[in-house]
Amino acid sequence: MVTFELNGQIKSFHIDQGEFLIDTLRRHHVVSPRRGCDTTSCGVCTVLIDDQPMPSCALLTARVNDKKVTTVEGIADFAAELSAYFGKEGADQCGFCNPGIALSVYAMAQTEENIDDDTIRHYLVGHLCRCSGYVSQTKAIKAFLEGRK
Amino acid sequence: MKTKMATVNQPHASKDGKGIMMGRKAYTDDLAPADALILKVLRSPHAFAKIKSIDTKNALKIPGVECVLTHKDFKRNAHTRAGQGYPEPSPHDKFPIDEYVRYIGDEVAVVAAIDEKTAIKAIAAITVDYDVFTPVTDFEKAKNNQTLVHPEDGIYEMFPIGFDPKKNLAAGYHMEVADVEKTLKESDVVVEESFYTQAQAHVMLEPHTVNAQIDYNDRLVIHSATQTPFHVRRIISQVLEVPLSKIRVIKPRVGGGFGGKQAIHGEILAAKITLLTGKATKMVYTRKEVFEATYTRHPMRLDLKIGATKDGKITAIDCYGLSDTGAYGEHALTVFMVTGSKVLPLYNKVDAVRFHGDVVYTNRTPAGAYRGYGAIQGNFALESIIDMLAAKLNMDPIKLRQKNMIAEGETSPIFEIMGEGTEGTAMYMETCKLDYCLTRGLKLSQWYHTYPRKVHGDKVRAQGMAIAMQGSGIPYIDMGAATIKLNDDGFYNLMVGATDIGQGSDTILAQIAAEGLKTDLENVAVYSSDSDLTPFDAGAYASSTTYVSGNAVYKAAKEMEKMLLKEAARVLKVDIDAIDFDGETFKSKDDEITLKDLSNQLYYNDEQKQLTATASYVGHKSPPPFMAGIIAIEVDKATGEFEVLDYTSVVDCGVPINPNLAKGQVEGGIVQGLGMAAYELADRTKNGKLIQADLLNYKIPTTMEIKTLTTEFAASYEESGPYGAKSVGEIGIDTPPAALANAIYNAVGVRITSLPITPEKILSAIKEKENMQ
Ligand code: FES
Ligand code: FES
Repeated sequence: MVTFELNGQIKSFHIDQGEFLIDTLRRHHVVSPRRGCDTTSCGVCTVLIDDQPMPSCALLTARVNDKKVTTVEGIADFAAELSAYFGKEGADQCGFCNPGIALSVYAMAQTEENIDDDTIRHYLVGHLCRCSGYVSQTKAIKAFLEGRK
Repeated sequence: MKTKMATVNQPHASKDGKGIMMGRKAYTDDLAPADALILKVLRSPHAFAKIKSIDTKNALKIPGVECVLTHKDFKRNAHTRAGQGYPEPSPHDKFPIDEYVRYIGDEVAVVAAIDEKTAIKAIAAITVDYDVFTPVTDFEKAKNNQTLVHPEDGIYEMFPIGFDPKKNLAAGYHMEVADVEKTLKESDVVVEESFYTQAQAHVMLEPHTVNAQIDYNDRLVIHSATQTPFHVRRIISQVLEVPLSKIRVIKPRVGGGFGGKQAIHGEILAAKITLLTGKATKMVYTRKEVFEATYTRHPMRLDLKIGATKDGKITAIDCYGLSDTGAYGEHALTVFMVTGSKVLPLYNKVDAVRFHGDVVYTNRTPAGAYRGYGAIQGNFALESIIDMLAAKLNMDPIKLRQKNMIAEGETSPIFEIMGEGTEGTAMYMETCKLDYCLTRGLKLSQWYHTYPRKVHGDKVRAQGMAIAMQGSGIPYIDMGAATIKLNDDGFYNLMVGATDIGQGSDTILAQIAAEGLKTDLENVAVYSSDSDLTPFDAGAYASSTTYVSGNAVYKAAKEMEKMLLKEAARVLKVDIDAIDFDGETFKSKDDEITLKDLSNQLYYNDEQKQLTATASYVGHKSPPPFMAGIIAIEVDKATGEFEVLDYTSVVDCGVPINPNLAKGQVEGGIVQGLGMAAYELADRTKNGKLIQADLLNYKIPTTMEIKTLTTEFAASYEESGPYGAKSVGEIGIDTPPAALANAIYNAVGVRITSLPITPEKILSAIKEKENMQ
């Protein structure tokens, strides 16, 4: 039995030995972390562990006991607001990478001051996107952060 | 007709972006029943072998294993998984599971179990005894090789495509206009070169995923991350011999396709086991499986000869191509033909042109549809050799292009000769703003400011460019249809067979409907691609959605407007011509009724009826979008390393229905093309094993490689397109390989003729050149 704070609520889960967090979450209908690779290379499965972006595909659920786990479902307003900027920039395509990106942007906004293009690119480097070409995403994120000031 | 449009040509946000960003259930895996059996496939470790015996007893003994199927459990129905219209221009050379395995990753057996762990355990418990053969791994030695990739009986072509498995040929093609050899001989200057392109992987972020179940009415319901739901339904019916009427295919949100999901992959296995057990099934490919056991781009060798007069008139182009289709011939002929048909007409003023070659079988992962579909391979070769010709003529490569390239009002005999698998369709370029694209691109990129190079010590800045064309659907073959339904309160449903795979087609088709009905985009709720509920559409491929499906939506909207006016005229007791409709209110001289009231009356009060308009469209031509692409790079002469500084694209896609989403298509294509040009290695061992079979080793561009993109659209209006539009899904990918090769040449004077263009290749070419001097 593992207990952790999931999107603001304390939850307990029965898990299999060696179970990864992505599978625990998906089994309990938190579907925003999705699997895009087998090598922790794509960022599609990103969650925040104590506000730090981590790949949930490589994180044993047992290891998040007592920690704070945030998925995009837990930052719904933030994600909705960010999506409006993605829409304005034409940065929306298949969206498979988007929830993971929203979480990294959230972590970046919490951690960094004076965010410039390089900071954004640095936070996004672990988030592969095959659709957008990245530039529109970076622009949207920048405009979003400007808008929040 | 050009009028100011309210919804079309506006940068609306895609209709579904918010829910996706918020992580809501949308994709195929999200929608699988919780109790679905998990399917795993045992895949061949050998590039070529025959299964002597296969023992599944131990696997079946494992608690939680529902069934294990091998080739013995499937009827030997030869088919093609290509996902094309019918009859397909691809050979029927694939069996659901076969006794032969023809590449590392080919299916040997499929297991269904209660969970993934059990399925994996069962896979490991299957023992197979193989007769292992020497594989054909070198595509240049495949033709007439003594090893036959397809020695079996029962495979066939649907119509003549040059299929000759006894020579390892999946397809072949030959066309010639005038006498190429003679014209070349008479030309002042001839340049000759061979170009190689690699087996690029699609790397859509959502792996191939399918789930299947039987509904309470005994119908087989399949959710699939597919680009072609209607073709999926047809192929499953054919292979498993289930009546079409028993199958429903639903395409949920798809996480990217790029051609990789045009074909059918896990669907047959999931359908078979659900039919057999009555239980729901689910299959999600691992990334390794996506790399090894789906599709790649067709690797090719293109031998080009080009002739010109001294003053730079191109006289002849001769292209022999050798294309590697891998183990199965999906898209073998059609990709190959596009290498000629969507590239050679760029230089339409030649006296003679020839395009011919072979598509060979080898024992490697099959090649299939991939954004750019042959055009990117051909573009790399042709647009490279144009710069080589310019160098030989001592002429500015821009001037050489301007003198010879296709222009508005012109045509090329190739359009009529070459289609996709069949003859083509003659057409004149009613819109071709290529000259503007080129001039504007040069200006935006400040071309002559750097051309040919700027040197700072070891660092050299340079630019390189290429022009390209694509198509807008497959004329006379692929049909799209749309239904618009009026609801009470005056809002509409738009039902389309067209397949949104992330490119935003639901949004742009709704924009076309909203424009036609003069209503707000929010007033149109879209449903796409459910084989039971939406009208037919061939699917998302061949740059067809905006032009073909868009025209169907346009027609349906006009039809709906007519119906509305008729009803309004009845209520207002005037002639249709006496009514003015602004999208919200029908006005006659003395009276008016709102759409809301009219629709409520039609539902509940007076002469009740459902208004529904359905229209379909099949293209009579395929108006090409055009573009100019210019790359700016900085190369380090000492290491061969280079950085991409900017990529300028100026595109003529007619009127972009949604400039933002069109830009997304172009920029996404550019970056995927840059991946092929510079980063994406797809090497195989001698035994045919893919070395870069995961995302650690197969490097696609990240935010670190891509810093700036400059994208613009030319003012253009294609009369035959919906609101002046042409398609734009593929054109972006075509130019980067040639543009980069040309930029490297401009920077350091070496010509790289094989992709990807790596620092190692550049450095060794520099060394070689220095040694020769
Ligand atoms: S699934 Fe790719 S990083 Fe976790
Ligand atoms: S939008 Fe498709 S992967 Fe990023």
